[in-house]
Amino acid sequence: MCGIVGLHLREPSLYPRLGELLTGMLCQVTERGPDSAGVAVYGDPRWSPPGHASVSLLPGTTTPDEVATALRAAVPGVAVVDAGQTLVVHAPVDVDTLVAAVRTALPDLLVIGSGEEVAVLKGVGHPQLLAAEFDLAQAQGWQGVAHTRMATESAVTPAHCHPFSVGTDQCLVHNGSFANHATIRRELVAGGAVFDSDNDSEVGARFVAAQLAAGYDLEKSLKLLCERFDGFYTLLVSTKDSFAIVRDAIACKPAVVAETPEWVAMASEYRALAGLPGVEHARIFEPEPEEVYAWQR
Amino acid sequence: MLRESATFDRATIADIQRAAETGIYDIRGGGAKRRVPHFDDLLFLGASMSRYPLEGYRERCDTDVVLGDRNASYPLHLSTPVTIAGMSFGALSGRAKEALGRGASEVGTSTTTGDGGMTPEERGQSKHLVYQYLPSRYGMNPDHLRMADAIEIVLGQGAKPGGGGMLLGQKITERVAGMRTLPMGVDQRSACRHPDWTGPDDLEIKIRELREITDWEKPVYVKIGASRTYYDVKLAAKAGADVIVLDGMQGGTAATQDVFIEHVGIPTLAALPQAVQALQEEGLHRHVQLVVSGGIRNGADLAKCMALGADAVAIGTAALIALGDNAPHLDEEYRKLGSAAGFYDDWQAGRDPAGITTQDPELADRLDPVVGGRRLANFIRVMTMEAQVIARACGKAHLHSLEPEDLVALSIEAAAMARVPLAGTSWIPGQPL
Amino acid sequence: MAALSTPLDVHEPNSTTEAVVDLSVSDVRQLNAALHAPDVAEKVPSWRVTHPDGRHSIAVGLDAEVSVEIDGHVGYYCAGMNKSATVTVHGNAGVGVAENMMSGTVRVRGNASQSAGATAHGGLLVVEGSAAARCGISMKGVDIVVGGDVGHMSAFMGQAGRLVVCGDAGDALGDSLYEARIYVQGSVKSLGADCIEKEMRAEHLAELAELLAAAGMSADPAGFRRYGSARQLYNFHVDNASAY
Repeated sequence: MCGIVGLHLREPSLYPRLGELLTGMLCQVTERGPDSAGVAVYGDPRWSPPGHASVSLLPGTTTPDEVATALRAAVPGVAVVDAGQTLVVHAPVDVDTLVAAVRTALPDLLVIGSGEEVAVLKGVGHPQLLAAEFDLAQAQGWQGVAHTRMATESAVTPAHCHPFSVGTDQCLVHNGSFANHATIRRELVAGGAVFDSDNDSEVGARFVAAQLAAGYDLEKSLKLLCERFDGFYTLLVSTKDSFAIVRDAIACKPAVVAETPEWVAMASEYRALAGLPGVEHARIFEPEPEEVYAWQR
Repeated sequence: MLRESATFDRATIADIQRAAETGIYDIRGGGAKRRVPHFDDLLFLGASMSRYPLEGYRERCDTDVVLGDRNASYPLHLSTPVTIAGMSFGALSGRAKEALGRGASEVGTSTTTGDGGMTPEERGQSKHLVYQYLPSRYGMNPDHLRMADAIEIVLGQGAKPGGGGMLLGQKITERVAGMRTLPMGVDQRSACRHPDWTGPDDLEIKIRELREITDWEKPVYVKIGASRTYYDVKLAAKAGADVIVLDGMQGGTAATQDVFIEHVGIPTLAALPQAVQALQEEGLHRHVQLVVSGGIRNGADLAKCMALGADAVAIGTAALIALGDNAPHLDEEYRKLGSAAGFYDDWQAGRDPAGITTQDPELADRLDPVVGGRRLANFIRVMTMEAQVIARACGKAHLHSLEPEDLVALSIEAAAMARVPLAGTSWIPGQPL
Repeated sequence: MAALSTPLDVHEPNSTTEAVVDLSVSDVRQLNAALHAPDVAEKVPSWRVTHPDGRHSIAVGLDAEVSVEIDGHVGYYCAGMNKSATVTVHGNAGVGVAENMMSGTVRVRGNASQSAGATAHGGLLVVEGSAAARCGISMKGVDIVVGGDVGHMSAFMGQAGRLVVCGDAGDALGDSLYEARIYVQGSVKSLGADCIEKEMRAEHLAELAELLAAAGMSADPAGFRRYGSARQLYNFHVDNASAY
């Protein structure tokens, strides 16, 4: 039960403005989820420098220095960026190496995202204050998603925030409430999946990750999700090369898409799109039920 | 020796036979008839040495309650915490609605509209009238919204959490059809979800709209059927409700599938402590008031609800009984309908000999709204006085001073649900000793 | 929160004709309180709202013959429960525009989100662009004219009134329809339960022409088809069990 915004930039001259635009969008959906918020940014040079892998972490009480110290021996060239309730670690190694190093050196810290492109930042508090805490306005990049959360049946903690990023450079945000997530969770757990939260949306993220891992493309993975999941959902799913939207068969949780030659944007409400450059010329529509809308980089 | 099967007893066999003959589920009125853990399974610890009781008639024991002072500029001030639950004109006759208004006003409490709009009989006779805002929006009218004393957004009902309203063709008379913009005689099936919002994030926006329309004057209640109560109460409070109405599975309905009434939702006793916990965790207990309904029958039930953390109760079935529903002198007429006094639940059929759950003018004329109102007022006074008897015995000068520690349970089930110790022990099932 | 703590900052460039409320300066509460003033129609019959920026509940609960022009996008429930007033949105409207409208006119120059005109009893709602899902859900007498398309489940449980769609209709049009009448110029993706195509007779062409004219649409009534209730679900019947 939440607010969703996402922005996929096609025009490189807008990349430096990604954070500024995304912050504006996020603040417009604050009332939909005043508890907590999260963002994912693709391609920011502070968090995901070219040639580096990055891992986003919820450090709890561990300080950035302690994280850096714990990783330095195993990962040469590691850097730790402080983003409030989240830390982003990056290093000139491949993604799997960095994730393994983090899990070994800091087993108590929760990994909330990893990849070559993506940084995931989460926190509890008012979304506007969190945007400042993340220094989101300064972010650059080519794609970003953000989510404000009004918790339904699970706790209000940073770990319960969206986006759920459970595969390399993947993110999922959800507005709604799945009706059979407990069963699908059991199936995924039986197949070896390890969950970080009891949030129903994480089940959606892990399901999509499992389909992508099995070799399906994002569009097919989301069609499979529609076949398997019952309940209400508007989902925005991103990967390192795509940006996709799908809604359930009834489609009563809001979603608006705007598309121009320069960008594609999606939000729970028009108001979040109203400040985007050139929105007055955008093609604006609401996604049809169970139809997957996907854009490739 | 004939031996009846416990699994296939005569009622079950009759149900199967009826289904096979008609091809449609059984529809009836009322609430769950099965036995569930209830307030009867709780007892009060009267004062003696460690606590000091109050004198009846001499020493004060107040009963007033304020509902909706979180955001509204005009909250409701009621003299007794016994309110009248939402029941529609359509389900009930106009005279029955008038009688409810008269009775409630006489004792300084509120009555509530239902799925079908506001009638002049009811508004005219009700000092405090709560206007329900339902998924169907039958008869929904901004003038009535402004005429109301409070607005109750209905998400669900204890008899059928997750289900919409139902009113069969026999009761869709010209007047009912006109108020609901329906063709006469249709079997009305109301929506189960609101047409323009779903979920707490959208409810927050809807509540603000209703406040804007009514200039932030009126309390906004949110009514839920007891099921996932802990979460639903939290979300209703977060979405901005001033008052939460919690209706347990024993709560009545005008017409619903029997399978829905008996098998969906949880008992009032089980739901109430969950609601209180949810409000306490949000820091909103007693700031967002909690009205509990579903099988409330007497002053003991009232006192027990108050002790467990409710701010008020609502009565529906009990109010209809007070008006004359299931009266013994009508036994012969009930038998002609295949029922008997004390058993009648075919409120959906519109043939009520007591003239309450009907739209038949001849039957409806049998209920004198003045007499009915007086009977209801008597009943609410008795309930209130009974609760005061208990509260004074527990040394309380206000019903609101009753607390869970004044209660013990007679059964392990009730102890676990109410979260009070089993009588004579300090054991609350599920909690550390 | 309820109280009006500061007076409304109303600019009156031409005080005899139009008041301007800038929502980047004033808030929605102040605007609505001013529009609810008992003598608003006599004192200030024309209003212009600037910088709405998708805010919710703009111009709700109006009960006077005033005209409100909104320059930009609005959020949920704009002109909700409107009576008598004329509200024009020069932009897109969010969920539930003109929900439960009783009378008056609401016009959206852009697109409308889902549940436009939900449960509305009367008046005229015009959406010049497209309306999303559930347009006219549970409509109870309103007239809705949409210049573009409507989404799925439009006129769901429609009880009374007319829905005119100049473009295409989505899935399950008119599902569980009562007595509302539907006219569609373009294609219908699918009809909902108990909704059927009906003959377009002279009186229907006449009422459609009237509705199109009232909405300012130039479409030719002859190009439309009419849909209504088959009235097979009005009473429970065992043979209809799969539709319940």
